[in-house]
Amino acid sequence: MLSNLSLQTKENIFQQILSKSALFVAAVLSLFFLTLLLKSLPALWSNGFNFFTGTVWDPLTGEYGAFSLLYGTLLTSVGALLLTLPLALSIALFLGEFFRQGLAASALRLSVELLAGIPSVVYGFWALFVLVPLIRRLETTLGIVPFGVGILTAALVLAIMIIPYAASLSAEVIKLVPQDIREAAYSLGATRYEVIRRVILPYARSGICAGILLAFGRAFGETMAVTMVIGNANKMPASLFDTGNTMASLIANELAEATDPLYVSSLAQIGLLLLAVSALINLAGRSISKKFSVET
Amino acid sequence: MTNTINNTLRWRQLLDKVFFGVICFFSALSVLPLILILGYLLVKGVTSLNWQFFCRVPQPLGETGGGILNALCGSLLLLAVAFLLAVPLGLFVGIYLAENKKNRLADCARLSVEILQGVPSIVIGLVLYTWLVLPLKSFSALAGGAALALMMLPVSVRSTEETLRLIPPELKEAALALGVPYYRTILRVVVPSGLSGIVTGVLLSLARVAGETAPLLFTAFGNPFLSLALFQPIESLPHLIFYYATSPYAEWHRLAWGASFVLVAGVLFLNLAAKFLTRRWRVQF
Repeated sequence: MLSNLSLQTKENIFQQILSKSALFVAAVLSLFFLTLLLKSLPALWSNGFNFFTGTVWDPLTGEYGAFSLLYGTLLTSVGALLLTLPLALSIALFLGEFFRQGLAASALRLSVELLAGIPSVVYGFWALFVLVPLIRRLETTLGIVPFGVGILTAALVLAIMIIPYAASLSAEVIKLVPQDIREAAYSLGATRYEVIRRVILPYARSGICAGILLAFGRAFGETMAVTMVIGNANKMPASLFDTGNTMASLIANELAEATDPLYVSSLAQIGLLLLAVSALINLAGRSISKKFSVET
Repeated sequence: MTNTINNTLRWRQLLDKVFFGVICFFSALSVLPLILILGYLLVKGVTSLNWQFFCRVPQPLGETGGGILNALCGSLLLLAVAFLLAVPLGLFVGIYLAENKKNRLADCARLSVEILQGVPSIVIGLVLYTWLVLPLKSFSALAGGAALALMMLPVSVRSTEETLRLIPPELKEAALALGVPYYRTILRVVVPSGLSGIVTGVLLSLARVAGETAPLLFTAFGNPFLSLALFQPIESLPHLIFYYATSPYAEWHRLAWGASFVLVAGVLFLNLAAKFLTRRWRVQF
C-alpha cells in the first residue's frame, strides 16, 4: 500500500510523524504538570498555608501539614550531600588529575559505574540488613534509643547512592581544565596541592557545582532506599538518630490506602512540590554545565 | 633567612603529600560500599539460587521452597511494554531534535525531555496512577509499563539526538545529492550509521528502568501468582524485593536476596553489553 503513495506524500508523512512526536512529548509533559495541579487544587484550597508551616500530618482529623516532611527531606538530602562531598571530590581529582589512566583509575572508574547501576531497592535492602544493625550498635553505645532506622541511616544510604552522580561530572570537568594553565602554575613553583587549590578547582568550579546540584536533585527525589530505612514516622525528627519521613517516601507509603479525596489531593500536592523543586534543580544544574561546555 | 625558606618549602611539600594521601584514602573508602554490597549479594544471593528458584512461584507462608518465576516474567513483560512504547517515540523525537536545531517546537521538546529526566520516579508513579489506574479501575501491567516508558524516554531521545549530531553532514548531503528522498536518507543512511549509539542508549535506558520500584508501587502493584495479562496487576523483580525485604519472614528474605542477585546481575549485564557494543560497532569518521 505504501508503495502506491507518491514521493511527496511519503515525504510529508515522514515529516509529520517527526514533528508530531516532538509535539507529543511536549504535550505529555504539560499534561503531567496539569494533572498534578488539578489533582492538588482541592488541597491547595483547603490546606492553604498550613501545608508549608503545619507539622501535623493526620489523615484522620484531616490535617495536612507537610513541614515535618519538608524538613525530613532537606535533612536527609543535605546530610547525604555533605557525606558524599569529600568522597566524590576525591574520586573526581583521582580520576581527573592524579591518575587519568592505569589500573587504579580503571578499577575506580568501574566501581563508580557499578555503583550507579545498582537499583535503589537493592541499596535499601542492603542497608536494612547491614547498616541498620551497625547504627543500632552505635546508638546502644551512645545510650540513645536504638531504633537503627532513622534520618542518619537514610542519609548514609543516599550518600552512597549519589557518589557516582557528583563524581563523574566533576571528573570530566577537571579533565577539561587546559593543560597550559596547569603548566604555568607549575612553572611558578607551585606544588600539586597548590595547583589544584588555586588553579584547577576555581577553574572547574561551575562544573563541579552542577554535578553536586544534580546529585542533590537525585537525593531529593529518591524514594525506595529511603522509605526502607527512615522509619516512616510523620513527625519532626528530634535528632539525627530519630525516625522521620520524606516527601517521596510518604507518597510511596500512603497513596495506595488513601481513600478520602482531600487525602489523595494532599498527596498530589506533595508530588507537585517534589516535581517543581526537582525540575528547578535539574534545569539549574544543566544550564550551568551547558554554559561550561560552551566555554571550553 | 634560608632556614625559613627551607621551612616553608618543607611545609608546602608536606601539605602536598598529605593532600595526596587524603585523596587516595577517600577514593579507596568510596569503593568499600560497593565491595560490601556485591559481597553480600554474592554470599546471600547465590546460596538461595537453585532450579526451583527460577521456575516456581512463591509458596504460601510456612512452606519452604518456591521461586520468583512470576516476578521474572512480570519484569520482562513490563520491560517489553516500556520498550514498545518508548523506543519508537524516542527515536522519532531524537531524529527531529537532531534535524531541527533551532525552532520553537524543538526547544519545547528538548526542555520537556530535560525536565522529564529529572522527575522523581515516585511522581511518575503518582501521575500514571491517575492516568491509567483510576480510569481503568485496576492496577495493570499496562500502567506499569507506561510508567517505565516515561522514564526510558529521555535517555533514548538524548542518546539518539547526540549520536545523530555526531554524524558528518557530508554523508547526508551525498545521499541527497544522489537524488535519494529525504525520508530515505534519514532512515537508510543517517540512522544506520548511528545505530551503535542508538542501541547503546536503548540498552542503558532498559538498565535504568529495570531496577525501578517507585513508579510500579501503584501502577503494576504486584501479584503473587504467575500472570501475563496486560490489564491485570503484575509482579516485578524490584517490587518483589521491596515487599519481601520489608517482611518479617526469613524464607521471604532468602527469596529477596536471590532476586536482588538476579536483578543486579541483569542490570550489570545490560550495562556491560552497552559498553561492549559501543566498542565493537563504533563507526569512525
